[in-house]
Amino acid sequence: MRKFVSVILLGFIAAGFFFALSDIPFGDDRMGVAKYYIENGIAQTGAVNIVTSVVVNYRALDTLGEVTVLFVASLGLGALLYPGNRGVDEEKQRASLIVRTGARILFPLILLFGAYIFVHGHLTPGGGFQGGAVIASAFLLQYLAHRHYQLDRRQFSLVESGSGAAFVLVGLLGLAVGGYFLNNFIGKGVPYSLFSAGVIPILYVAIGLKVGAELAGIVAGLMESRSG
Amino acid sequence: MEALYSNMYYVGAGALILVGLYIILVKSNLIKVIIGIHLLDTGVNVLLVAVGYIKGGTAPIFTRTSLAPTQFVDPIPQALVLTAIVIGVGVLALALSIVVKLYENYGTLDVRKIKGLKW
Repeated sequence: MRKFVSVILLGFIAAGFFFALSDIPFGDDRMGVAKYYIENGIAQTGAVNIVTSVVVNYRALDTLGEVTVLFVASLGLGALLYPGNRGVDEEKQRASLIVRTGARILFPLILLFGAYIFVHGHLTPGGGFQGGAVIASAFLLQYLAHRHYQLDRRQFSLVESGSGAAFVLVGLLGLAVGGYFLNNFIGKGVPYSLFSAGVIPILYVAIGLKVGAELAGIVAGLMESRSG
Repeated sequence: MEALYSNMYYVGAGALILVGLYIILVKSNLIKVIIGIHLLDTGVNVLLVAVGYIKGGTAPIFTRTSLAPTQFVDPIPQALVLTAIVIGVGVLALALSIVVKLYENYGTLDVRKIKGLKW
């Protein structure tokens, strides 16, 4: 009965979906806003990667909200999974030699790769969120390789709140110098070079550190919870 | 058949969304429901990127100076999806932590056996 009702419901949704999308042919020409961003992106923001210039310059306020949502989610996870009665640790199996050696070699390389991704966010595909996710995956690897691995939560929350504060601080500096919040007030530099695009690399480094610390905290929360 | 082929990305995104919704509606195991939520999320992301596609377009990044602006796909859906993916991860982590707590309290993942939740 439940399946039957669900299928009918999904049929309605599929029909609505079909009628809505039949008006939007696949591969049609872009809209005016996109045209504006693509044509003026380099001149106005200095960032070669137009997606980055949209995320961290034109709509940086949205990104600040997004980082806040992620922060609240990781806060909620930490509150729910706070390990109250530690010590009932069930015996975990030791990871094999290959995993442990591989983790030891790969851990710094993964951190380096993540940092590369978010430092070059304005030049190549990637950015703070992707780099942060890569960094968090390095800590997941550490959890898989070592049975008694534990993050230093205090340092991680220090990095997290510090980079979050840096984001807001850069925004407020923009307000003080250029007249509006998150104004790109530093010189744009030469496009296609590492030190270009004004505040975008600074913001992306802050986002990368914040997302990396938050996702690593999420990984730690799930891995250290007793029944997890 | 031709129409199906030329709208392949819409069809794929729609299929992911419908499969995700079906799992959410029908399954009673909470882990499966979360998998459904995430399939739905992925489908919506694919749909958004597909709507922003432009025939013959490439990623909106000036990787070399010879690229003309007319060759780029729409950058805005990509920026939005970048946001949506991160939010999706946050939702997934929060949902999983709630499930961990539910399992600790009730000893089951079946929604039908958890008192106070009826479906």
